[in-house]
Amino acid sequence: MNPDAQQAASEVGEANDAKPSDATAEPPAAETTSPKPAATTGTAANGTAVPRGRWIGAVFSTVCLLAAWFGVLVLALLLAGTLVEAWGWVDWQFLTSRPTGNPEKAGARVGIWGTFWLTGLTGLFAIPVGVGAAVYLEEFASDNWLRKLVQVNLANLAGVPSVVYGILGLTAFVRMFGLVGDNLTVRIPADGLAAIPVPFSDAVIRLAQLEIPLPFGRSVVAGALTMSLLILPVIIVASQEALRAVPPSIRHASLALGATKWQTIRRQVLPAAAPGIMTGVILAVSRAIGETAPLLMIGTASYIPRSPGGIESVADLATGPARLLDVPFDGFTTLTLLVFGWIKEPESDFQHVTAAGVVVLLVVLLLLNALAILIRNRFQKNVNW
Amino acid sequence: MAQAGSDDATPPAGPSAAPPPEPAPAAERATTSSGFSRSTGRARLRRFREAVIRTALLACALLSILVTVAIIFVLVNEGAYSLVGPKGQAFFQQVPFSEFLSGTKWLPSAPPAQRSFGVLPLLYGTLLVTGIAALVGLPIGLLSAVYLSEYASPRTRNVLKPMLEILAGIPTIVYGYFAVRILTPYLIKPAAGLFGLEVNIFNALSAGLVVGVMIIPLVCSLSEDALRAVPRSLREASYALGATKFQVCLKTVIPAAISGIAASFLLAVARAIGETMAVVMAAGNRPQITFNPLDSIQTMTAFIASTAATDSEIGSIPYKSLYAVALALFLVTLTMNVISHFVTTRYREAYQ
Repeated sequence: MNPDAQQAASEVGEANDAKPSDATAEPPAAETTSPKPAATTGTAANGTAVPRGRWIGAVFSTVCLLAAWFGVLVLALLLAGTLVEAWGWVDWQFLTSRPTGNPEKAGARVGIWGTFWLTGLTGLFAIPVGVGAAVYLEEFASDNWLRKLVQVNLANLAGVPSVVYGILGLTAFVRMFGLVGDNLTVRIPADGLAAIPVPFSDAVIRLAQLEIPLPFGRSVVAGALTMSLLILPVIIVASQEALRAVPPSIRHASLALGATKWQTIRRQVLPAAAPGIMTGVILAVSRAIGETAPLLMIGTASYIPRSPGGIESVADLATGPARLLDVPFDGFTTLTLLVFGWIKEPESDFQHVTAAGVVVLLVVLLLLNALAILIRNRFQKNVNW
Repeated sequence: MAQAGSDDATPPAGPSAAPPPEPAPAAERATTSSGFSRSTGRARLRRFREAVIRTALLACALLSILVTVAIIFVLVNEGAYSLVGPKGQAFFQQVPFSEFLSGTKWLPSAPPAQRSFGVLPLLYGTLLVTGIAALVGLPIGLLSAVYLSEYASPRTRNVLKPMLEILAGIPTIVYGYFAVRILTPYLIKPAAGLFGLEVNIFNALSAGLVVGVMIIPLVCSLSEDALRAVPRSLREASYALGATKFQVCLKTVIPAAISGIAASFLLAVARAIGETMAVVMAAGNRPQITFNPLDSIQTMTAFIASTAATDSEIGSIPYKSLYAVALALFLVTLTMNVISHFVTTRYREAYQ
């Protein structure tokens, strides 16, 4: 393909060879200088090269077409292959059972809850910080070295491999650099509060005391913090784009009415940018759901029978809300980690269990993607500045 | 923050002290409309609140820099030179740098006598997988970008673009599953069987192929942006010279967008180097230098992920080797990202 293309191009004439690159450098100059070669090459092309050029052109456009549809073909193959393998294995029993060595009875409940809590906490950490950073960069920061530094830094962070975030999480959150003594526990509210003669202080402590073990160990909160760092650049960049799309006239109008900077941002700019921010946030969160490598290092690699906080169903959550406080500091596994564990099982039936896990994962992600596309399309149409 | 502080320092004494660049703050309106003493208090409170919010948002923005610093600190502290904790315990303080770079055996977890820390097998594994991925992903990604930008009708575009976005959103573990359970047994094995070749269930080829597919959407969308940024007038000038559509694409549009395309290639290759899950699952875990892509290999990322998952004793040399490999990986991808950034900013042809 390529040599042919070169040949065809060279038939057009050497003068033309040089011209396009000139044109890229300075379009106005090209316009004034190129007509002369145009006359000669034009006739040359008309004379002999056109039929061949057309043939090559047809081949080229077909190759481009095939390349573009190749991705779709792989996507179809992937979905079809997974669905065939998982057919009949994704059922209520699969969604609500714990993982066992018996493929017939194995289920993904623990992983589903793990993914749910992990993603929820990740969003809780990353969304406010990410949107806040974007607001600062777009609304407050003047165009100085600091803003440039943060901007370049964000581009680089987005390119850091996820395993490196995993290493960071393992060191900073799971082990806390080894600086914290073993099994230190911080209690909030502190035990000392019980001694203070405040009414019900004792009861409050017994009802809802947050026990934070330090270092975090291989817990949900360590995983969520790591994931937050991973998706932070994605959220910031997406939110920045959304904020930039809000026209300055809106801000000027608000400021002219006497609103302060923050009032303007909170009441005018953020609502106007909300759909864009939400789209970016959803995509970032779905990245957190699918990301596995850092969790492989932080999550419990082997099966655990228990969901974080012992909450196995929505009913558990309703009857024992105090268990919520245990969730962040419990060990966990996720859907992706379960899939990773199952794929290594030698028993052939586990192939179907793996496929079932993949299907559940893909359904969740496709739903989130659809939601993001829906929000984008819906609000894009309504907004006309 | 410093600006906010100076705002505080100049109370709304008179209009001459008002900060010029931003529209008049509400405080001044308040002073003119109602009494002086009451409104200064309220205005001060409001300014204080604004300053607090501004500082909090600044902290959010600075957090991203802190993350980079933390990554570098962690990798250097355990990998290159121990700054915190026991001194002289970092990986390169115990293993000579030359052995790391030139050794051809990677056996960090072997008994102490047979330990060997040559990173070349891991580097080679990464290069092999990345090479296969680049061979597949870069041309296909660029050609689909050309198709989307130059040939496709708006209707086709509206179908294809979301499909490619979905492809980009599929988690890498699913690609790994695809490689191990579908690609290798149903495509690679039969194809290699025709030539009488033996295929390891975990092989570099399947990993490279799926990583290649994984980078297609990235290359495609970034290159397409670059191609679409080429102004129409250039194309029309080229047509006016008698060029065919194919010639316009190849001789005018692609050269004009070359910096964006190159940047997308670099980012894609960096992504392929950093890709972990698909490689852990599909390429196996045997660090070796082999020229047979149908055999299993281990990449840098695969080593990190699989070793960190097993509880190796904290502070031991096998544990430290994680950080050394991660440091190498970080430097490689950082370099590629910086070059890519440089290419886009320095060599961008600005039109209009």
